[in-house]
Amino acid sequence: MPQHEHMERHRKLHGRRFDAEERERKRDARLAHKRSEFAQKVHGLRAKLYNQRRFKEKATMRKTIAQHNERSNKHANDEAVADGAVPAYLLDREGVSRAKVLSNTVKQKRKEKAGKWEVPIPKVKPVADDEMFKVMRTGSKKNKAWKRVVTKCTFVGDNFTRKAPKYERFIRPTGLRMKRANVTHPELKTSFQLDILGGRRIPVQISTLI
Amino acid sequence: MMEQSVAATKDLSGVAWTGGSLVGSLNPSNHGYRTSDGKGGYIITNTHKKYKRSKRDADGNMILDDDEVVANLVVQFCNREGETVGDAMDVPTSAGSEELGSLLRSMLNPDDDEEDANRGQIPYAFFAKVTRKIETKNPSTLEPMVQTITEDVDITDYNSLAHFLRQFRNDVSTEQTLQLTYQPLALFKVRPVTRCTDTLPGHTEAILHVSYSPDGQHLASGGGDATVRFWDVHTSTPRRTCKGHSDHVLCTAWSCDGVRFASGDKRGNLIIWDPEKGEAKGTIKAHSKWITGLDWEPMHRNKSCERLVTSSKDGLAKIWNVRTKRCEATLAGHSDSIESVKWGGEGLIYTASRDRTIKVWNAQDGGGPNGDSRAGVLVRTLVGHGHRVNTLAVSCDYICRTGPFDHYGKIAGITIKDRESNEWREAAHRAAVEKYAAFKGSDEPERLVSGSDDNTLLVWHPTLDKRPIKRLTGHQQAVNHIAFSPDSRFFASASFDKKIKIWNGRTGDFLNTLTGHVGAVYQVAWSSDGRYLVSASKDSTAKLWEMPSGKRARETLPGHEDEVYALDWSPCGGSVATGSKDRTIKIWKH
Repeated sequence: MPQHEHMERHRKLHGRRFDAEERERKRDARLAHKRSEFAQKVHGLRAKLYNQRRFKEKATMRKTIAQHNERSNKHANDEAVADGAVPAYLLDREGVSRAKVLSNTVKQKRKEKAGKWEVPIPKVKPVADDEMFKVMRTGSKKNKAWKRVVTKCTFVGDNFTRKAPKYERFIRPTGLRMKRANVTHPELKTSFQLDILGGRRIPVQISTLI
Repeated sequence: MMEQSVAATKDLSGVAWTGGSLVGSLNPSNHGYRTSDGKGGYIITNTHKKYKRSKRDADGNMILDDDEVVANLVVQFCNREGETVGDAMDVPTSAGSEELGSLLRSMLNPDDDEEDANRGQIPYAFFAKVTRKIETKNPSTLEPMVQTITEDVDITDYNSLAHFLRQFRNDVSTEQTLQLTYQPLALFKVRPVTRCTDTLPGHTEAILHVSYSPDGQHLASGGGDATVRFWDVHTSTPRRTCKGHSDHVLCTAWSCDGVRFASGDKRGNLIIWDPEKGEAKGTIKAHSKWITGLDWEPMHRNKSCERLVTSSKDGLAKIWNVRTKRCEATLAGHSDSIESVKWGGEGLIYTASRDRTIKVWNAQDGGGPNGDSRAGVLVRTLVGHGHRVNTLAVSCDYICRTGPFDHYGKIAGITIKDRESNEWREAAHRAAVEKYAAFKGSDEPERLVSGSDDNTLLVWHPTLDKRPIKRLTGHQQAVNHIAFSPDSRFFASASFDKKIKIWNGRTGDFLNTLTGHVGAVYQVAWSSDGRYLVSASKDSTAKLWEMPSGKRARETLPGHEDEVYALDWSPCGGSVATGSKDRTIKIWKH
């Protein structure tokens, strides 16, 4: 540790080396490399401490850069007049309340089990077996290939129970079993989560799975 | 050829057309049911049947058939305060309200000669008090019970007294004197609007508010394109386009003297304009959220017409002096957005809020019940609604709005044109005070009607009491707008349930439901004589209704391509302006 200001004193007495600035610049330029070398080498507790410190440094760096960029950043145009003007008596009313009303009626109807809607699905196309199922090889030597795993979302009714695994030809992974669908009302632009009551069998390939 | 056709018409309907050609310009609506009175005007002929002499049985008692009523009836006229006029007199039951009116006129002004009577014959409406018994079920026990209802029946709805008697055969005794309460109607008649004369393009976004000046000489509109535009009513051309707002102009209001115009926008800015020059006289950052309502102080309270109240979504209302641009008082107390504000005729300000209450504020220093209260002091809170209160209407709205001006847009007995001059202001103030006094009559309290999202309306006497006078049910969805007729005999309520309901302006009794709109009804406006009502709807049409009895729309005014947001009927004359989401204003005339 330096005792007193001996460095400054020396500088004042004898001046600096002629290439002092150059050496300093080179050392600074090299600093990133040295730090990188250290960061790659270090491990254990020191690595943890180092990373913590470095994380904080980077955070302050990001903040400073953001501050510098403030002036040149593109801002959303606050002065622009929004579209869709409505009179004061409809502000805070249109859409929201209607969606709310509908949502409540939907919920009510769902409770009563009276409401049933037919929802068009935008794209229905036949799916090939290869795309639909993955072959699962079974047996201790993995030489049997009669089991199929479904790779797409499937719908199973409320009273669905799996067959005994020994005889289960089609395996529907739990993650792909869907009971509810998110349905968007095109006019109200609101989504509801509704129970699926059933689907239609369109392509033959799918019918094999149901 | 012509004579033949006229003769044929005579034979067919029994109604004679004596004023020349049937297809002539004198007869615009050539239905054949009208006759000329020889002066270029038209009277609808009485089409009711002649009443036969009543049959008598052996003892000389009258026998009444189902269709028959007595030939004569003793009636007694009395005015609104219940004072009788003249003696009771025997009147033939074939008399309608026109005949009764001329009888009453001769009793009120016996020394008018014939010429005077022709010049200005005030028409009257007559009401009879009918006590009816209705069989209903007791709500708690469900046992049948008999309920007695007393109601005022408008004789004008019936062609003659005989029609009225037949309708209330069991409730009105022909043996007793029938008390008829009369009420003067407007002397002038506004012609109903039927066609679109002009479409005013210019706004580049939806039009949110249109308003005629109190003298009917200017039309102003505020739109979603953040401009306020002034239009020439005579040529229907744009006069001024005023930029200054930075967001949708939500509400506009003319001062009662027609010298200033205020507009409020969605960012809470309030701008005062000079309508002649189209220049902003002052911009005030009034509120932190959008301005929901503006109302000027009525001229009969203050001749300078420089105070204004604004209400906002931020839950505050503020009283401004627009000349000094100073906020004179902040009316804080509501816990949610204020939806509507009205400056009443009695020096009180009413605010209706989403927090389900209406608050009554003192508007002037030295007002209030004891005369020592300051401006902006809460007088009372009216609690009664179960949901947000959307709109308010005060019985003197129309009188306060038009200020000193009559239905020609002029001030009676004033020749001074310069509105800046003191003489004009003094005279206008006097006229406004007189007009308000004549409107108010004797000591009838001011009435306030509020409409709410709980589908009901409440009638209040806000100057006297904090409890509602009556609760009006019937609408099936939120009530969006209420308007009192100019003479405050009726008020109309517009609702999102596509219906308009007409109510008695004094008692709040239900009178009529107007069905016909296929979308939510947004706004209603009365003609200045109170004989017509026009309504603007989401279904892109406006409809004209005859008041108070027309159930079906008299005219549908189609033409807009989108929802009609704004509506105003000119205080002088028969032009209606509608503003729509399709960015145009349409002017409708007879």
